[in-house]
Amino acid sequence: MTIHDDGLSPEAMLAFYQRLYPFKSIFHWLNHEPAPTRLFVNREFAFTLQGDVYLRYNSFANADELKKQICTLNPTRFEIGPVYSARPRDKRTVRPTAFKPLQRELVFDIDMTDYDSVRRCCSEANICSRCWVFIAAAVKVLDRSIRGQFGYNHLLWVYSGRRGIHLWVSDQEAMELNDEERKAVANYLTVVGGGKEKKKKVNVRQGSKPLPPGIGEFINLLQDIFPPLILQDQDCFAGEVGAEELLALLPANAQIEPLRKKWTADPDRSSEEKWDDVRNQVKINGKKTAPGKLLLAAMEDIVLQYTWPRIDAEVSKHRNHLLKAPFCVHPKTGRVCVPVDPTRIDEFDPAEVPTVGQLLREIDEAMMINNEDDAEGTQHLPDWEKTSLKPYVALLDAHNKALMEETRRRKRGDKNTDTSTSKSLSYVVRHRLWPLLRWTIAYEEHVYAQVGDVRTHLVTAEGLLPLLLVSILFVPCFVPSLCFRRYIMH
Amino acid sequence: MFKSNIRDDAGSGAGEVSRHSTLKYPFRLNFYEKPPLGDVTIEEFELFAIDRLRVLGEIESSWARNRPSEEVRKVVGDQCAKYVPLSNNTAKTVELDEQRRKDHIGHFVLRLAFCRSEELRRRFVKAETALFRVRYDADDTLERQQFLKSMKFDWSGITHEEGIALQDQLNTLIGAPEENTDFSGFLKVKWTRIPDLVEKRKVVLKGGWAFVPATEQSALVFHEFQTTLECALEATSKALPRLDEDTRIIPLLNNLSQGFLSGASFDWGSSTATTAGGVTADMIDEMARKHFPFCMRYQHEELRKRKHLPHFSRLEYGLFLKVLGLPIEEALIFWRKSFSKITDDKFNKEYKYNIRHSFGLEGKRANYPAKTCMQIIMERGQKDMECHGCPFATFASENLQTALMSMYNVGSQDMGEILHLVKGQHYHVACTRVWEISHGVKKGAGLDGESVTHPNLYAAKSREFEKARTKQESGEDVVMAEG
Repeated sequence: MTIHDDGLSPEAMLAFYQRLYPFKSIFHWLNHEPAPTRLFVNREFAFTLQGDVYLRYNSFANADELKKQICTLNPTRFEIGPVYSARPRDKRTVRPTAFKPLQRELVFDIDMTDYDSVRRCCSEANICSRCWVFIAAAVKVLDRSIRGQFGYNHLLWVYSGRRGIHLWVSDQEAMELNDEERKAVANYLTVVGGGKEKKKKVNVRQGSKPLPPGIGEFINLLQDIFPPLILQDQDCFAGEVGAEELLALLPANAQIEPLRKKWTADPDRSSEEKWDDVRNQVKINGKKTAPGKLLLAAMEDIVLQYTWPRIDAEVSKHRNHLLKAPFCVHPKTGRVCVPVDPTRIDEFDPAEVPTVGQLLREIDEAMMINNEDDAEGTQHLPDWEKTSLKPYVALLDAHNKALMEETRRRKRGDKNTDTSTSKSLSYVVRHRLWPLLRWTIAYEEHVYAQVGDVRTHLVTAEGLLPLLLVSILFVPCFVPSLCFRRYIMH
Repeated sequence: MFKSNIRDDAGSGAGEVSRHSTLKYPFRLNFYEKPPLGDVTIEEFELFAIDRLRVLGEIESSWARNRPSEEVRKVVGDQCAKYVPLSNNTAKTVELDEQRRKDHIGHFVLRLAFCRSEELRRRFVKAETALFRVRYDADDTLERQQFLKSMKFDWSGITHEEGIALQDQLNTLIGAPEENTDFSGFLKVKWTRIPDLVEKRKVVLKGGWAFVPATEQSALVFHEFQTTLECALEATSKALPRLDEDTRIIPLLNNLSQGFLSGASFDWGSSTATTAGGVTADMIDEMARKHFPFCMRYQHEELRKRKHLPHFSRLEYGLFLKVLGLPIEEALIFWRKSFSKITDDKFNKEYKYNIRHSFGLEGKRANYPAKTCMQIIMERGQKDMECHGCPFATFASENLQTALMSMYNVGSQDMGEILHLVKGQHYHVACTRVWEISHGVKKGAGLDGESVTHPNLYAAKSREFEKARTKQESGEDVVMAEG
């Protein structure tokens, strides 16, 4: 079986798409319900073909059509974009104004390269289980923040295939965020910044004031991760270079001179010992004094600088940003971009993620056993069920189940008019229809044009006809509007 | 107690009078929820809109010039006082209702003009919200409170339980002592209503709700203003095609929206009337030296050097000269003389038509306006010989320095600043600065407080300036013509 040896040959990719890729699950995840809706039909897919040919604005009517096209084109990977106001494949035929991104998952991208300044084990594209701890810390903070602070529930974490992780938030409200709101979320969650030339990269408070509540909430969590990761494992402050790095982050007016002397005299002090020295210095300064407080604040900022999630904010800010689809294959590593369970993020090891070659071998083996036993029971199963891809697909399916359940509940809720929908209806009436109608009336009745002494009435018999039509159209909307207005009057 | 105003009347107009005063508009601030009722003359219709547009245009150009917010407030305040004054209720000597009616009508006319495209709507909402913000901040505290009360926003306070559950975080946010349990000043809203406060971490977030401290509540008012206006504009754009009108209003609205698009230089962009006229072909050389902006002066010098100009330059420069006041007969003489290396026959065959065309004398006979800065900046030449486009954008840094030094005597101190502006892509600001330097006015004064948005504005202001100065020198009383 030569094709399986090289996991990334076009033949292997094709076999992967034909036999393993869970199109049905991806469809459910994007569509939020069983029958195709605008969420899927108007969704952009972008393909990267062999030889770096890039095809944008593809869209499909259902999962089968998507599968068929992918098997024909055999892309090295494909990306998912927003839901547009029209079908992306019709982009050239619709007016540009009628083709706008409307919805998309709120997405986040954390990439290990952003951690290069704080990791000592690897750099650039490489990753090991030691650096994964940074990602694990980021996942914990981001997952809690998005659920607890922003109140979203449908979060799908996906390993990016090499050195990072993606988060897709599929809650209806998150899907509908506009670019301004996305920018707000991204900036709210960006704590480490300032560029390469800046040493102190955390500047979220003034002086020694407490951290803003949204960040302060996680300081305890990160203070627990900090010692084993930064002080022991990565040993970030070791040697003279490390000492300078740490000193640069301490405020100059917090009496840190004794520390500098001590560390210069003893260059072999470990990171842990240096960190203890700083803590002792706080005690020496006195916790209640200004230098003590400054130093304490600086220590918190250092914890944040080394462990706070470093998201690639640009990815999150715009609805029309494309992001690689789950279960794609990373072209360099051959690993599948599998979903990850955030509650078990510490156990996740990127090296254990199945590769294409491995999965194809597993199918072959399963078929061989199958032939020997001739057991009918396993034959109708999809191929991925026979491989180590199974638990990952199950993870996505469980996620989809919750998502679809909520969509069902919401739809049922829409039919019975509950309080929330009647409120939004009255909102529509009050803010959209009522001003429109009143403006029309006002215009028809009251705009006179005075030219010299001649006064011309603008309303003509023909002019009243559209007005009549408008009134008929809006009569159903009137009734709730009247009720509502009575409500606000009392 | 303010029940009987603005919101709860059914559109008859009678309910507008609030109990405590006889004013039709009880407040200086207005959320523009109700269209103006009553007669509007066609003159008012246009005049009010143009006056308001001047203010909005100034707001936009303030952004382009990157003015600090304090200065924006002052500049906008001045423009407001000049064109759309609004006084507090305490003012005794002014017609409050008349001022407020003007404000009201101006706003609604511009809504009609700016509702048609997404781009226009976005810019209009942004500028209007900024204007509202300036007025809100400048309003009398008591009146502002009464106004807010009258609006009846559907914001809810937070319950005691919610406050206790988030006690630590809320206290950290407002810097109150830990044991404080009085959170009555906080409001609870969906976070998406105040994205900018979330971004700056000025609220406590919990489960998608934002808890907003009392000090930040103005942000909520602005957001409410913005969303109401956005919705209303969309509704208006849908209603506009059904508007019954007698061909007088639509062209007017077109003019207004075009003006806004070309950076509020509506006086230049759409008017076909040229300044003064009476410019002749042989005056151009001297005028170029004294009054032309960099882009046009550069093209003029290229014309003199090469005895020829490529197509797009002819178009750009030719239209500029037209609006400057060069009549068609003079234009033909000017171009004929300038292209001294070609024969009469070739000129008549290849160039005359285009020149006449740009004056609206050939083809579809459209009277083309001169290109605005925005258009000039966007169109830059790709080919080697082309020299149109905004030189601030197209020139390499060294060439820019040499050119500015030789043409406008820009000193090395100002040069640094200009290069910095160019680097930040603030080309109009750089151009405005050159105007200031070459006319010896102080920095930030601009062209009578305006910035360069159109090459003809540059030239006209320069000529006006010179006229005023010669008058002054000859000892006459000077009354500067108002923009």
